[in-house]
Amino acid sequence: MWLTDSSILEYGTDGMNDERKERAGARRMADDGEFVAGTSLWKDAWRRLLKNKLAVFGMVVVIIVTLASLIGPPIVKAATGYTYDFIPSYGQGLTKSFPPFTSPDGAFSWTHPMGTDNAGRDILARVLLGGRISLMVGIISTLVSLIIGVSYGATAGYLGGKIDDVMMRIVDVLYSLPYIIVVVVLLAMFGGQSPLSQLILLFVALGAVSWLTMARIVRGQVISLKNQEFVMAARATGVSTRRIIFRHLVPNTLGPVIVYATLTIPQVMLSEAFLSFLGFGVQAPLASWGSLASDGVQNIAIFPWQLIFPGVTMALALFSLNFLGDGLRDALDPQMRKV
Amino acid sequence: MFRFIVRRLIITVPMVIIVVSLTWGLIRLAPGNFYTSEKKIPPAIEKNLREKYGLNRPWYVQYGKMVKNILLLDFGTSLKYEGQSVNSILARALPVSATLGLLAYLLALLVGVTAGTLAALKQNSRLDYASMALAMLGISLPNFVLGPILVLVFSLTLFILPPTRWGGFPSLNLILPVITLSAVYMAYLARLTRSGMLEVLRADYIRTARAKGLSERDVVLRHALRGGLMPVVSFTGPALAFLIAGTVVVERIFVFPGLGTYFLNACLNRDEPLIIGIVAFISISVLLFNLLVDVAYGFIDPRIRY
Repeated sequence: MWLTDSSILEYGTDGMNDERKERAGARRMADDGEFVAGTSLWKDAWRRLLKNKLAVFGMVVVIIVTLASLIGPPIVKAATGYTYDFIPSYGQGLTKSFPPFTSPDGAFSWTHPMGTDNAGRDILARVLLGGRISLMVGIISTLVSLIIGVSYGATAGYLGGKIDDVMMRIVDVLYSLPYIIVVVVLLAMFGGQSPLSQLILLFVALGAVSWLTMARIVRGQVISLKNQEFVMAARATGVSTRRIIFRHLVPNTLGPVIVYATLTIPQVMLSEAFLSFLGFGVQAPLASWGSLASDGVQNIAIFPWQLIFPGVTMALALFSLNFLGDGLRDALDPQMRKV
Repeated sequence: MFRFIVRRLIITVPMVIIVVSLTWGLIRLAPGNFYTSEKKIPPAIEKNLREKYGLNRPWYVQYGKMVKNILLLDFGTSLKYEGQSVNSILARALPVSATLGLLAYLLALLVGVTAGTLAALKQNSRLDYASMALAMLGISLPNFVLGPILVLVFSLTLFILPPTRWGGFPSLNLILPVITLSAVYMAYLARLTRSGMLEVLRADYIRTARAKGLSERDVVLRHALRGGLMPVVSFTGPALAFLIAGTVVVERIFVFPGLGTYFLNACLNRDEPLIIGIVAFISISVLLFNLLVDVAYGFIDPRIRY
């Protein structure tokens, strides 16, 4: 019985090969300008995605959160006059942190739907800015990891042999290291210069440690693609190795890469939040959801809204991104779906 | 098998050296040092101190000495906690972190595997959807949001559990930190178990087990779980690396004197020997643990040969 099972394990990837072949074939035809009747991979995937209720929910929330972060701050400024770093002047010694929907004299007010923080800044404005920064860190770091992972994995997979062995062994080794600890050391040592350089450091550091799985996925894809006719044709016509990898192989790995990139974004955002919580992430006056929640934790007993709003917003966004990623995986890659 | 273990142990040594060298390089390349971050001390005293710790020697001599000490597992003396060896600090902090991590992992295993198995057995039922949505929430809710919310509810509103501080091994103080730390792993393990079990439950040998008249209970517990838990076993290695990161956060929230707390303070104080000692210790334990998992894998899964 184990034998049957192991043969499934060993040859299970071949089924994937066929799928890829079909897909690559369809794409080639499409590139040639031929009409491919209604079975386009992307259209098909889109239809499957729309059938998945949780994924649609995730997509809608992600779009709402992104739009709110992009266009929210000017709207808040126009409506209430508050920006993320505007500190109103109140009397000395009084608390400046007001509960949601409360004005300084305790009456109901629309000015601060999420309350204010210790300095009297509007939490809604800061959560919206936090969304900008968190999403930016998530997306840019993922792009960094995408560039490293795709080039690394594609090179290893295409060259094969000893080089592949060594390159993938390095990935295995890095996998088992607590790299986040090294990132903490990096940020503790080099961070704190200015808010902007801190952000750049975050992009690079988080991107540099999240490319491993991407490299593995791309390598697997490339290995299943590299013996196909279109690669042989390219080689026969004297296309350089680099061009074969980046112009012929990498575009064909797009599906799984998009899926995994979508799942990397929430992971990176979570790592950013972790670093911000420890005080090594985004610096004031800028804010990310992580740094806002971290500030809120300090005052949890007296001003719980300082933690609740950023924390819940972040959890909702990550929740939706994860569902969207799962849904995309099911839609784009039915083979990868777990039943 | 024996050769496999020896080979892996040999590889461990250069890997630890690489991580430690990287850390050392980061500390040395960064502007400033331990003494600039302290209060201003007279130059003569600083000179004496630097001489005492060998900081006035050329960098390659210091580097060589550091690597040699790591190989001998002697991590030197802390700069901040004067007169305390890094090893004694590790010995003091490790039990705290290890207790926390182990209990959290056991709890995650218990809840995660149970939930995942039930979800797989009743696929597409309400129970399945509920536990998977809950698992996704566990993955998405950062532990530093979850922890304080638990404290707010159980300690500051209901007054039934102590909010913070280390209170020894069997104590109520451990409950909230352990739950906080294990939430993410519970979620991951539930998802892994579910997908592993779903795959196994459709296998032929399960059909055989059912066909020969075994009770559903025996089919699941004795036949399916063994195969279905393979992804869980292989996740144990990466889980340890995650657990360490999680412990740093949880120890900070609940003010536990564990490895994470010392590590953070060491980073903030630029206490070089302590940073390097902790990084080396963590790398060594993660690598050895991974080796252990791979060996265990071989015992559980008879198809694997070394």
